[in-house]
Amino acid sequence: MMRPAMPPPTPLVEPATAGIAPDVVHKPRVSDTQLYLDGVTVSFDGFKAINNLALMVAPGELRTIIGPNGAGKTTMMDIITGKTRPDAGEVLFAGRVDLTKLDETEIANLGIGRKFQKPTVFENLTVFENFELALKAPRGSFRTLTARLDSEALDRIAWALDTVGLAAKLRDQAGALSHGQKQWLEIGMLLVQDTQLILLDEPVAGMTDAETKQTAELILSLKGERTLVVVEHDMEFVRDLGARVTVLHEGSVLSEGSVDHVQNDPRVIEVYLGR
Amino acid sequence: MLDKTGHDDLKLLARPKPLLDRRGWAAFLAIGFVLIVLVPLFNLAPATGSALHLPGYLIPLLGKYACYAILALSLDLVWGYAGILSLGHGAFFALGGYAMGMYLMRQIGTRGVYGHPELPDFMVFLNWKELPWYWHGFDSFPFALLMVFLVPGLLALVLGWFAFRSRVTGVYISIVTQAMTFALLLAFFRNDMGFGGNNGLTDFKDILGFPVQAPETRIGLYVASVLSLGLCFLLCRFVTRSKLGRVLLAVRDAESRVRFLGYSPTSAKLFAFVLSALLAGLAGALYVPQVGIINPSEFSPANSIEVAIWVAVGGRGTLYGAILGGVLINLVKTWLTGAAPELWLFVLGALFVASTLLFPKGIVGLVGQWQAWRAERRSYQSATPAEKAAE
Amino acid sequence: MATGPFLRLPAREGAGTARAGLDSADINARRIIKTVLNRLVPMNRFLPLLMVALMLALLAMMRPAHAQDLAAALAGLADSDPRPAITALTASDDEKAKAALAALAQGNLYLRLADNAVVIGEKDGEMVVVTNAATGDIEDMARPDELQPITLSEDARALLGDAGAAAQGGGPLDFAGAVAALKADNFADKARAIDAFTVLADPRAIPVFQALADGRLFVRKSDGAVVIGNASGNDVALTDAVSQEKAGIVAPAALDVIFVNNNLRNVLREAVGRLGLASPDPAQRRAAANALLDAATPDTVALLREAFAKESNGAAKSAMALSLAAVELADADKTRRLLAIQVLSGSSDLRVRALLQARLSQESEPDVKAALDAAFDRLQFKLQLYGYAENLVQGISLGSVLLLAAVGLAITFGVMGIINMAHGEMIMLGAYSAYVTQEVFRAFLPPSWIGAYLIAALPVAFLVAAAIGIALERGVIRFLYGRPLETMLATWGISLILQQTVRAIFGAPNKEVANPEWMTGALELAGGFAITWNRIYIIIFCFAVLGLIVLILRRTSFGLHMRAVTQNRAMADVMGIPTARVDALTFGLGSGIAGMAGVALSQIGNVSPNLGTIYIVDSFLVVVFGGVGNLMGTLVGALTLGVVNKLLEPVAGAVLGKVVVLVCIILFIQKRPRGLFAAKGRSADA
Repeated sequence: MMRPAMPPPTPLVEPATAGIAPDVVHKPRVSDTQLYLDGVTVSFDGFKAINNLALMVAPGELRTIIGPNGAGKTTMMDIITGKTRPDAGEVLFAGRVDLTKLDETEIANLGIGRKFQKPTVFENLTVFENFELALKAPRGSFRTLTARLDSEALDRIAWALDTVGLAAKLRDQAGALSHGQKQWLEIGMLLVQDTQLILLDEPVAGMTDAETKQTAELILSLKGERTLVVVEHDMEFVRDLGARVTVLHEGSVLSEGSVDHVQNDPRVIEVYLGR
Repeated sequence: MLDKTGHDDLKLLARPKPLLDRRGWAAFLAIGFVLIVLVPLFNLAPATGSALHLPGYLIPLLGKYACYAILALSLDLVWGYAGILSLGHGAFFALGGYAMGMYLMRQIGTRGVYGHPELPDFMVFLNWKELPWYWHGFDSFPFALLMVFLVPGLLALVLGWFAFRSRVTGVYISIVTQAMTFALLLAFFRNDMGFGGNNGLTDFKDILGFPVQAPETRIGLYVASVLSLGLCFLLCRFVTRSKLGRVLLAVRDAESRVRFLGYSPTSAKLFAFVLSALLAGLAGALYVPQVGIINPSEFSPANSIEVAIWVAVGGRGTLYGAILGGVLINLVKTWLTGAAPELWLFVLGALFVASTLLFPKGIVGLVGQWQAWRAERRSYQSATPAEKAAE
Repeated sequence: MATGPFLRLPAREGAGTARAGLDSADINARRIIKTVLNRLVPMNRFLPLLMVALMLALLAMMRPAHAQDLAAALAGLADSDPRPAITALTASDDEKAKAALAALAQGNLYLRLADNAVVIGEKDGEMVVVTNAATGDIEDMARPDELQPITLSEDARALLGDAGAAAQGGGPLDFAGAVAALKADNFADKARAIDAFTVLADPRAIPVFQALADGRLFVRKSDGAVVIGNASGNDVALTDAVSQEKAGIVAPAALDVIFVNNNLRNVLREAVGRLGLASPDPAQRRAAANALLDAATPDTVALLREAFAKESNGAAKSAMALSLAAVELADADKTRRLLAIQVLSGSSDLRVRALLQARLSQESEPDVKAALDAAFDRLQFKLQLYGYAENLVQGISLGSVLLLAAVGLAITFGVMGIINMAHGEMIMLGAYSAYVTQEVFRAFLPPSWIGAYLIAALPVAFLVAAAIGIALERGVIRFLYGRPLETMLATWGISLILQQTVRAIFGAPNKEVANPEWMTGALELAGGFAITWNRIYIIIFCFAVLGLIVLILRRTSFGLHMRAVTQNRAMADVMGIPTARVDALTFGLGSGIAGMAGVALSQIGNVSPNLGTIYIVDSFLVVVFGGVGNLMGTLVGALTLGVVNKLLEPVAGAVLGKVVVLVCIILFIQKRPRGLFAAKGRSADA
């Protein structure tokens, strides 16, 4: 797939802290991390979904996270994006913004984008309108009331459209797209949203092998310019990404390292195969 | 790489959407001309006995329909676009109506039954000695007009802020709004609230110095209502065609996803809710001088739910559908409550069931379906016999 | 409590017509007329007066010839020479003439100055109860200065002597006769009839007297029999005064009450005391002593002392002690007074408070006064406490009604995620089922069975409401799953249709459902604090239903299925649970419970087509407050709402209290959008 050059991204590490209460923004505490989780614990009705979780992702890093069902992968994403508040622990963005004190909207505006496990796009809007909403632009109600698209925004949409290959579907309702197309639409929306940290929850579920390959390519091309955290079950895909892997089990980190390292870790084998 | 035509296409899409297309404007202006010019003309010009003469009683009736249409429009804005089914919109309507009613009461002056220069009749009757503080200022029309918007708007702002911030959605927000209007119903029934209790406000004499009962005033009020309806329609159209309109649709369909995109659904919904309350308040204010009374029954939850059915029958999510539904159902109601009053509730009930079960997209949706069906038929008829056989 | 007409939603049709059907000029004209009339003459006072005047006018037109003679003769009594009139009246065989002569003999006949009508006056405290001598109807209370007594010269009185005696006739000799004599038109004759009873010393007189004193003694219009009535819902359960056997249940309109004045009431209470003290039944002795608390005469005090000495039953003895203390409160001996105060301060009777207060103004001894003060305060405090307790009980009973109304809603909401706006109509249908069952019992079964109708009505109401609920689910709601807002609107439409259907079948006016005998009356707890049995039964019933639901949920496979569908519908489907059937049955169950709630409601209020709308908003709030699909939440929510409502009522007034509760709940939902007992975790966010 031939792709045009990506428009200049927002610099990494510097979060968009305008409008965030000062007590949430600390002096840089943990230097050179895009995402920092320490001692994070959350329980639902006594069940500890996340238990003393620690995770550090460097700026520009691509990190894959695997783990059996119920390991707490999605809950971890929920905590990072503000959907779930942890009972204890520290979650810092760019080493200094305390994410546990912010809500989803504020966190998204800091520069954290998320693709959901089940593709969630706005089904009653067209593909173009989905992009338009995701586009990096002022989010206030009165600003959106009078918002106009400038040529820079159009270029960005054009680039994203082309990247995810939905140019022909521009006027189609998002609800009419196939499952794989919805996945890509959501990825494309993350691209136009232009966030520093991109969280992808099972991005290739329901994709064909060719589509999976293309997605891996796309993710690899973003690596270095964006920080990416990818949760995936498909080990083939994880291997293709060739990134550092974190294995979650029962809410905490079981193992971390290269693909080969974790695949040979006896504890990981035990968890996956059972004894 | 997107080719040139692709890019042009994108540019086309990116252009701000016009309020109405050419056909839309033509229809809008034509209807406006009929309602604002022809209707009063046929009422005033021909002699009373003439076949062309429009009877005088129709004028306030049509004016009332215009008010209902504004109310339907305001509910459609929040329900059809933001997914908030408010079952308390009658409260905003009634509050706007009460604000106007208070102005009209103050205009009575000494012409009340008791002839008290300061106090409305019901206060004299209750042995009140002076005007309560919240009645001050209502002798001035601009102040009353301000209150017509301010009171419903503020209530919507406070209630909406509390509700949307704590993510009260779906049926919960319906129940909260219903409870709100129920609470107001109970409160306004109380005599010591100072709004005339059970009887409400009535016996109006003048509005802006014109006698409310005079045919000319009625025509004036009617024209004001129709004009307001037109302006409200354009305003709603502007909102729904803007990017905010798309944010609202997105909130309606997948609220949490909108949050992760960095929009605040609270703020978007609050915008729509408050704007909607303002429109409802305006509708109420126009309604009161035309029917000559405002009483607490306007707050009854049943009234508010009825508005939802106007919108549902007309076609929610389409502004003209809401207007159509508001006018149409009230026409049927006027006719049926006169011809066979015991049937009306059956019909209304059946409408509720049918509009949700059989034509969820309302009349507008039905028309669309019918057109699609006809187009299909036509293409089928024009197909060759071989193609037909193949089917 | 949302039963007051104030809280009822205004009738839809009325509002609708006013809004859309009429020209506003017409509305204005009607408004103006109504308002003016209202202000000149308050309608609620004007209407009865108008009706009375109309009826009098009608009566005047229909008055037979001899009645006019009577009027003329009566008018003649006020002449300077009343003798011809007296002679004429003596010759008449009209009861009214005899009554007038008797009154004349006692000096109770007056000329009303306002219209020169001849009236019989009976002193009732400061005022005089006026009976029109010509019609025999009680007309009004009058001040003594509005009347001029008709006095007689010696010779006229002599003439009257015979007439008076003739008018009195032979006294009643047996119990039945004495009872019949109570029907007399004037108080003097009634007093005589009461006296006749004391001669008879028949214990059957006790309930008759009690009923008479309480205004519960009636003349049945159909046959003129004297009956004792007990309120049974909106109807009256009758006991024959002579045979003291049950005599069925009738509407109040079928009865004429036998009036007494305060003087007679005291006489009666004293008589009840006197007769009752000798009764072999300790409960009756206790009631008698209680009746004498503020009605003891010197005669009865002696009787009371005698009875007190002999009494062996504890409750009766303490009641007698109390009544004796009430007498001794005015004793000349200071120590006895103090002793009496001590005894009285243990009571919680309103009458005792009045006695203490009255004594307080007369007492001169400072230490006795202090004791009186202390006793009064103690009593006052106790009464206040009882007031709170009563509110609490009322709150709990309102809460249990709400619980019954809301529990079905909570189940359907929890399992199917839909709000059933027609739920209130299921309650209404249940109430009408109770009404129909009652009518069937009345029509086809012997009167002694009538008390059982309520038992039969429960399953009937359950089945009727459940059947309609299931039909509703299968016919409409199942097509709307996943669209909760539309479901709400569709069910609202159905509620309109159901209401209008019931209105078409049964008519718009309220229907009366009677309390069966065993639900009437009250459970009396320590002095003066009483809970009516229907409230108690409703509380018990409601908790029994709740227990039953818990059992169904926990112990039956249907319950298991229901819980499974609540938690994860898709999974339950895959597991082979017939989710469609579970939905239908759940809806049936929820509606059936609402139907039973309707039966309970029919026992404490009227049954009307818009019964459901009164409770529906409250029911929603209970569900929202308690949390969805959680019975515990519903229980706590309903009771909290009920109790808070009732406790606020005396402080803020019924309507304002309700508004406060509504506002509080709206605020509460902000804090806990998913209710008090919300589920947490990922599944809750779905």
